[in-house]
Amino acid sequence: MTSEYILRIVDLHKNFGDREVLHGISFNVKKGETIVFIGPSGTGKSTLLRCINQLTEPDKGHVFIDDDEVTGCGYRISEYRQRIGMVFQNFNLFDHLTAVQNVEIAPIRVRKMKPAEARKKAMEELRRVGMQDWADHYPSELSGGQAQRVSIARSLAMDPEVILFDEPTSALDPELTREVLEVMKDLARSGMTMLVVTHEMGFARSVATEVVFMEGGQIVEQGPPAEIMKNPKHPRTREFIGKIAEH
Amino acid sequence: MDPVIFLTQILIPALWQGLIITLELVLLTAPFGLLLGVGIALGRQYGGRVLSSLCAGYIVFFKGCPLLLLLFMLYFGLPTIGIILPAFTASVIGFILCNAAYNSEYIRGAIKSIKDGQMTAAQALGMTKVQAIETIILPQALRRAIPGLSNEFIYLIKYSSLAYMITVVELSGAGKLVATKYFLYNETFLAVGIVYLALVTLTTFGVDRLEKRLAIPGMVQKSGR
Repeated sequence: MTSEYILRIVDLHKNFGDREVLHGISFNVKKGETIVFIGPSGTGKSTLLRCINQLTEPDKGHVFIDDDEVTGCGYRISEYRQRIGMVFQNFNLFDHLTAVQNVEIAPIRVRKMKPAEARKKAMEELRRVGMQDWADHYPSELSGGQAQRVSIARSLAMDPEVILFDEPTSALDPELTREVLEVMKDLARSGMTMLVVTHEMGFARSVATEVVFMEGGQIVEQGPPAEIMKNPKHPRTREFIGKIAEH
Repeated sequence: MDPVIFLTQILIPALWQGLIITLELVLLTAPFGLLLGVGIALGRQYGGRVLSSLCAGYIVFFKGCPLLLLLFMLYFGLPTIGIILPAFTASVIGFILCNAAYNSEYIRGAIKSIKDGQMTAAQALGMTKVQAIETIILPQALRRAIPGLSNEFIYLIKYSSLAYMITVVELSGAGKLVATKYFLYNETFLAVGIVYLALVTLTTFGVDRLEKRLAIPGMVQKSGR
């Protein structure tokens, strides 16, 4: 049986010591959807993303990608991670590699792609994020926005089925934020399945298929962006939306 | 004796012989000392409880053991349990064991200085831990460890003279033999000193060039020394 969902999250729980960070999270993602997670800091949004590709191991619950269970798969996790891209708040580009080397390294080492082929693919991905002219620059020579675009290209080079964005613009000033969001919008429109933790409501409004409001490790409310932003049902959602709208 | 004849017929040929032995000791030790050092640093950093403790124990033991004592044990001690090593081999083994212990500390320090995000990002791309260490962590850590490792290499050049204590006639041993035979201590040891100085200076230049060649913009290379 194949389900219509590319990603299924079932009852995820995670504690850090006494603190319960995820308190039974469940949701499903269809191919091509862009789900935006909002909510106060410390409510487990980033932990949720890290539990999906098992960078953080959940205490309980299941993650399925295309009906393959990712949770509890042991050493095979690296195979699943190839199918789940991730973009980090701090970019985490590999400091000793140029932009194009950053993009081609995983296809070469993990996919065993031929270097020439991987280089071609890496240049294509760099072009897709508008960074082809910076291919030979090292991460320290790039602005934050450029670095983040390269890191998106790095993720794309593995042809992932889903990409997780963990506050991709939180370390950037507004102008650089805009250039990264443009790339992400293009991606969303091209049919990439994306899970995005962000405070950028403009982004949510324009491309999200669904907005999920999280608090206290739980999903408080979810729905289409227009509904969540204009007509939140839950008082906590209303309060949160009100607060970020003031900015 | 005529100083020119002493220099050209006696001192230079003797020191030349010694220098070759010193270079053999150093150049045989260095690569294995580096490899073993990398292995121990990785075991200590990424190994499980047992492996990590073993590596920690190794470092404590070989950092704590005077090198001379180690050489004596390898050369004079081992034959009592039936293992007979030629003096040269015993020296190289002793140097490798000692060199690796110090190298591993520099390498581990460098590994620890690399941001967690590098490993996280590599794993998120689907690399296994081993692949991430090979492709991402070690290339960065080794670059950062160059200043420390080159220091160790310079120490190695100098402590290779301890091999003479177990009968390997290397550079300083060769000097000692000439000096005592001809009673020309100052002249001979001055000459030996100049050769060591030249070796160390050459190494320093070499390391400088290596560092520049491997330098990557934004990656910290220089450590004040």
